[in-house]
Amino acid sequence: MIEIEGLTKRYGRHKVVDDLSFRCGPGEVLGFLGPNGAGKSTTMKMVAGFVVPSSGSAVVCGHDIRTATLAAQQRIGYLPEGAPLYAEMTPAKFLDFIADVRGLSGGGRQARLAEVVSLLHLGPVLDQAIETLSKGFKRRVGLAQAILHDPDVLILDEPTDGLDPNQKHEVRELIRSMSEEKLIVISTHILEEVEAVCTRAIIINDGRLLVDDTPEALAAQGDGDFDAVFRRITQEGTPEAEAA
Amino acid sequence: MSMVRALIRRELQSYFATPVAYVFIVIFLMLMGAFTFYLGGFYERGQADLRAFFDFHPWLYLFLVPALSMRLWAEERKSGTIELLMTLPITPLQAVLGKFLASWAFAGIALALTFPIWLTVNYLGDPDNGAILAAYIGSFLMAGGFLAIGSCLSAFTRNQVIAFVLTVVACFGFLLSGFPLVLDVFSGWAPQVIVDGIASLSFLTHFADISRGVIDVRDLVYFALVIGTFLYANTIVLGWKQAD
Repeated sequence: MIEIEGLTKRYGRHKVVDDLSFRCGPGEVLGFLGPNGAGKSTTMKMVAGFVVPSSGSAVVCGHDIRTATLAAQQRIGYLPEGAPLYAEMTPAKFLDFIADVRGLSGGGRQARLAEVVSLLHLGPVLDQAIETLSKGFKRRVGLAQAILHDPDVLILDEPTDGLDPNQKHEVRELIRSMSEEKLIVISTHILEEVEAVCTRAIIINDGRLLVDDTPEALAAQGDGDFDAVFRRITQEGTPEAEAA
Repeated sequence: MSMVRALIRRELQSYFATPVAYVFIVIFLMLMGAFTFYLGGFYERGQADLRAFFDFHPWLYLFLVPALSMRLWAEERKSGTIELLMTLPITPLQAVLGKFLASWAFAGIALALTFPIWLTVNYLGDPDNGAILAAYIGSFLMAGGFLAIGSCLSAFTRNQVIAFVLTVVACFGFLLSGFPLVLDVFSGWAPQVIVDGIASLSFLTHFADISRGVIDVRDLVYFALVIGTFLYANTIVLGWKQAD
């Protein structure tokens, strides 16, 4: 459903994303891991069609993001890093705008809006300016915007950043409940999150893919200590290189 | 077209959700009145026309329109919402048109609210209302030209102050391009064809014709070309920034 082939992003001489290739499909929750500055967000921006790759391709549901940008973007729900929102709008008006752009109409539109509002518990703040909301609410408005059109592919850049433990738990439940028929890609550096929701983990550093495995297999490498495995992989290179 | 309409609606909602719209309209109307009656000598001229009113439009627009256009893209960049906007299934042209048309409609609202001056001149005398209508059309077109320039320059930066200053300078150049202040820069070395070309770009000359009540197709084409060219440039600037 997402096919990434030789994806590269260069800023000057520096390669932020370096020849990244992988595929993933429906039913998967792909955890995209790596230290800060590893190239996670840049990769997601490229797949979502915001940043143009220097070379390589990203194909979403059969549509190349560079040549069939709109068709690909219609299939994607995207939560950018930091969940930027139009601060002066209210969640109600903002979601209405997203529904317009996503082409929701008729009776389904109101029903879907109501469903998403209740899924993310936005009811009490619907008519309050977004800039006055707490970080948790802002993040949830961002999530609501991403899932509103029930996309096949969800790309969520740090979806639980800034949420309290209860809210984190709810967002993870939401991700899990949607994961059966969708492909969900989340980036995070919270390792417990990967263990909690992901079916597959990809670790990148310096823009290169280091590990592509299940969270269980990764944890097993460090006798259940995921943090230790992460540190070893991202600080010292790949496990294969170490073994050799 | 429905995308553009959704964008226009969102933009206008944002204008009126903040004090920006009200401050702008009130200041615009106050300055229009002050210029017309004091600097323009509306009563002293003793003529039933609105020359005293329209003659100041180019100069008022020079500072007020950049204040309107500076936020168009710079604010999106600053707040990060541009990432949200450009990953929605919207083409860059639709995004540019939506923002531009919203700001132009807003300028139109402000301009339409000057109607008391039209009532006044009709109460006092028997003006040529056809000529007044033509001048209003000319003024609206000129505002569109300024806004297109401002929108394009706003896409270069995330800093609204820079966008404002650049736009004022660019608009000033366009206003005075028929005058020695601008022409002398070129007349020393550029061939006469180019100097004449630059001279014919003057907003002031084209607006002067229309504001006398003469709607010449060439003036309409001129403003349409200015708007079209800068909006097209605007989409190119957005593309650069995405590939950067």
